[in-house]
Amino acid sequence: MSAELPATVPIAETATKLADPKFDLTGGEAPPEPPAPRAIVALREALNGSVVLTILAVFVALVVGAILIASTNTDVQTAAGYFLARPGDTLAAIWQSVAGAYIAIFRGGVYDFTASNFGTGIASILNSLGFATPLIAAGLGIAVGFRSGVFNIGGTGMILVAAACAGWVGFAVSLPPGIHMIVAVLAGLVGGGFWAFLVGFLKARTGAHEVIVTIMLNYIALYLIDYLLNSPVLRDPSSNAPVSPSEKPTAVFFHLLGPSYSLNFGFILVIGATIFCWWLLGRSSLGFKFRAVGENPRAARVAGIHLNRMYIYVMVISGVLVGFAGVYQVLGQITTGFDRGIDAGIGFTAITVALLGRSRPWGVFAAGILFGILQAGSYTMQADQGVNVNVLPVIQSVIVLFLAAPPLVRAIFRLPDPDRRRARAMSKKAVVAK
Amino acid sequence: MKLELRGITKTFGALVANDHIDLTVQPGEIHCLLGENGAGKSTLMNILYGLYRADSGEILLDDVVQHFSGPGDAARAGIGMVHQHFMLIPVFTVAENVMLGHEESKFGFLDLPAARARVREISARFGFDVDPDALIEDLPVGVQQRVEIIKALSREAKVLVFDEPTAVLTPQETDELMGIMKQLKDAGAAIVFITHKLREVREVADKITVIRLGKVVGEAKPTATNAELASLMVGRSIDLTIAKSKVKAKEPALVVEGLTIHNAQGHVVVNNVSFQVRAGEILAVAGVQGNGQTELTEALLGLQDRVMGTIDLDGKSIRHLPIHKVLAEGVGFIPEDRQEDALIAEFSIAENLMLDRADGEPFVRHGALQLAYRTKFATDKVKEFDVRAQGIDEVVGSLSGGNQQKVVLARELSRTLRLFVAAQPTRGLDVGSIEFVHERIVATRDAGVPVIVVSTELDEVLALADRIAVMYEGRIVGIVSGDTPRDVLGLMMAGELPAGTKLAA
Repeated sequence: MSAELPATVPIAETATKLADPKFDLTGGEAPPEPPAPRAIVALREALNGSVVLTILAVFVALVVGAILIASTNTDVQTAAGYFLARPGDTLAAIWQSVAGAYIAIFRGGVYDFTASNFGTGIASILNSLGFATPLIAAGLGIAVGFRSGVFNIGGTGMILVAAACAGWVGFAVSLPPGIHMIVAVLAGLVGGGFWAFLVGFLKARTGAHEVIVTIMLNYIALYLIDYLLNSPVLRDPSSNAPVSPSEKPTAVFFHLLGPSYSLNFGFILVIGATIFCWWLLGRSSLGFKFRAVGENPRAARVAGIHLNRMYIYVMVISGVLVGFAGVYQVLGQITTGFDRGIDAGIGFTAITVALLGRSRPWGVFAAGILFGILQAGSYTMQADQGVNVNVLPVIQSVIVLFLAAPPLVRAIFRLPDPDRRRARAMSKKAVVAK
Repeated sequence: MKLELRGITKTFGALVANDHIDLTVQPGEIHCLLGENGAGKSTLMNILYGLYRADSGEILLDDVVQHFSGPGDAARAGIGMVHQHFMLIPVFTVAENVMLGHEESKFGFLDLPAARARVREISARFGFDVDPDALIEDLPVGVQQRVEIIKALSREAKVLVFDEPTAVLTPQETDELMGIMKQLKDAGAAIVFITHKLREVREVADKITVIRLGKVVGEAKPTATNAELASLMVGRSIDLTIAKSKVKAKEPALVVEGLTIHNAQGHVVVNNVSFQVRAGEILAVAGVQGNGQTELTEALLGLQDRVMGTIDLDGKSIRHLPIHKVLAEGVGFIPEDRQEDALIAEFSIAENLMLDRADGEPFVRHGALQLAYRTKFATDKVKEFDVRAQGIDEVVGSLSGGNQQKVVLARELSRTLRLFVAAQPTRGLDVGSIEFVHERIVATRDAGVPVIVVSTELDEVLALADRIAVMYEGRIVGIVSGDTPRDVLGLMMAGELPAGTKLAA
């Protein structure tokens, strides 16, 4: 017997260890993560799944917004001039400006406690829901794309085309009330869906990347609408500017709570759209395939899922949802005739909304409402406090920035890095020659 | 240079990958690290090479404690590594690859002539015959490996680590590598040779250290028998042969004639291949990785585009069918890369179990998922296939390789099959899972399903096959019976058919 076999190793014990799932090792660079207790899994999910990160990103963005508000405030600037003599003045001025601005946002976006009665005060949040409606719809469209691995940057184009289609039916066609609205909505959805179908078709047929195609189609849509607004097709002949005629009242979304509140039927439709997306992504066969393609297109293909067909379906559904934002803009928000600015930046803000909502339908819904509140509130903020509304896009951009860079937020708040798999992935990513 | 590891410990979460490992390698010595997949060998070497940092323990070179913060430090200290997967850039020449990472320049230009000269000098010293101006992608695998060795030597490496270097080589190339290692040893290098192949160990090793579950479980001399080494490695005597009933020969079910496949670059990767598989038999496709087996299995499933020839299943052509129709014809498939092609890591076990059945009943009705049915199905399958998980909603990505493969098996075997194709079904799995997978494959055969198993492991081929088709450079060298001796198969894997070999088809 030449091998120096260790007498101390109890073979039966190791055999049972081998049967233990924890020791069921795969080959390769590093062992897999062992199963963790449920509490740890939940915590990791919360951190990794970015619920906490999302809230912190919003928080950081509000802090950045506060710095911006304070530093541009004239009182603060004056007080800072004699900061060393009376620092209290500066701090008070900072507090005044920031608190004033955010309270104004609350008053304008959620509930105006200075209003004489409850009915007037509550108008703020209803107004916000109005701003939120197109953001939710477009955000849902972008989110369906994200979940399917498709980056739809073409919200602007789809909104413009949908708005033009719905708007044209709204002012040029005469139909009974109700039916007119339905036809106009459908026309807009078909328009948005068609614009998106072009993207899906090009991607499926030629392999063109959807980001490039959607960006380019944004320009095509913009100049197409521009052209039509300057032609008899869309232009209001009685106006000097390139603006369309007013929508006929038969096509416009009716108010839900009477004429004193801006909230209209569009909001009900967008709740329906959210429920539809929840069902689509969570409960339907098509959504199951969408997510499979989004997570791992190779495995989806081997499982017999037709990738190209899925890309077309995803784009059309995305385009219909985004298109509803355009429909809402002409039939619910600006019913007195639209111009080339009817998109109002919703196409791009929707990307932020989808990211903030983590591409989950109800997450998008909540994110859309938050953005609606910020938007409605920012007008009050400017009117009351003299703070420029352009603080809002800065806050929105900072949210995106921090959502896109979770390590940054983790560094700021000293959170642990839950993603320990990165080490494994890195060691596998080395250049491999066959 | 003497290498010494003292008490190296590394944990990943609750798992101890290395547990106080001590190891000493003298100059002029080949020290074998022997252990199963997942025993902790690669982790240990990644610590030595500075890719991981040990939780505790020290690395000493010539009795000086080293602190590596990255591979660069290790390389400067004189440690060279020949990785299992080559770290070469395919579109660069040999000389360019060798100087990559420590480029020298003259007047702002890369000093390629110096790199070329260095490649020639090292090649000449060890008789490598490597052209410094050849592109890596044009070189055979064995030569690419030599480029890796040259790379290490050009950085004055005194300690050389070979991480499973023979996994991609033919038996003949393996013998040449053994020769090179002996030469390097004679030149005074300290060599760490990581492997789980016993034959190679006994051929070159001066000393053998066996690692199991992250611990050093014993040392052995090269004169130890295979059985002694194997029982050290596994902790119990292993028996990879499965009780298998005699094959009941039936009619050919799958008939492949004149199959030729071109890859995207237009090269022929499978060349005029013909074979048959009968109902109730296992045809193993053996061969060194990359000789057309991958493309062959993909073509059977409809995953390859440029296919000529015929593929008939039970008399009906399935060659032009899209993938979902092939699956609907009753073809079960285990892809060789299970994480990329078979599973969606972020999906739950239950979702993965219905991945290729998202089109109709019983999982889908009127476009809606039937969640109650799915839950019941998944619960049953997890039990039946002994998937160790916290529940059917756990994401597949957090399962071990063995349990992931059980999910794939459960999915594919729970359809009614008329053909079962398993590519590298046990790659990277532990012994327990290997036995389980093998039993399932044999059970499928016994149920009267024709089975194709593609494997690069001869042990697996010999354990499972009723007949063996050996592939080399896109052709089938020959189809032989399942009890063909290893040395014959070894020669066939290198493209030779020894005279007098009895063919079985």
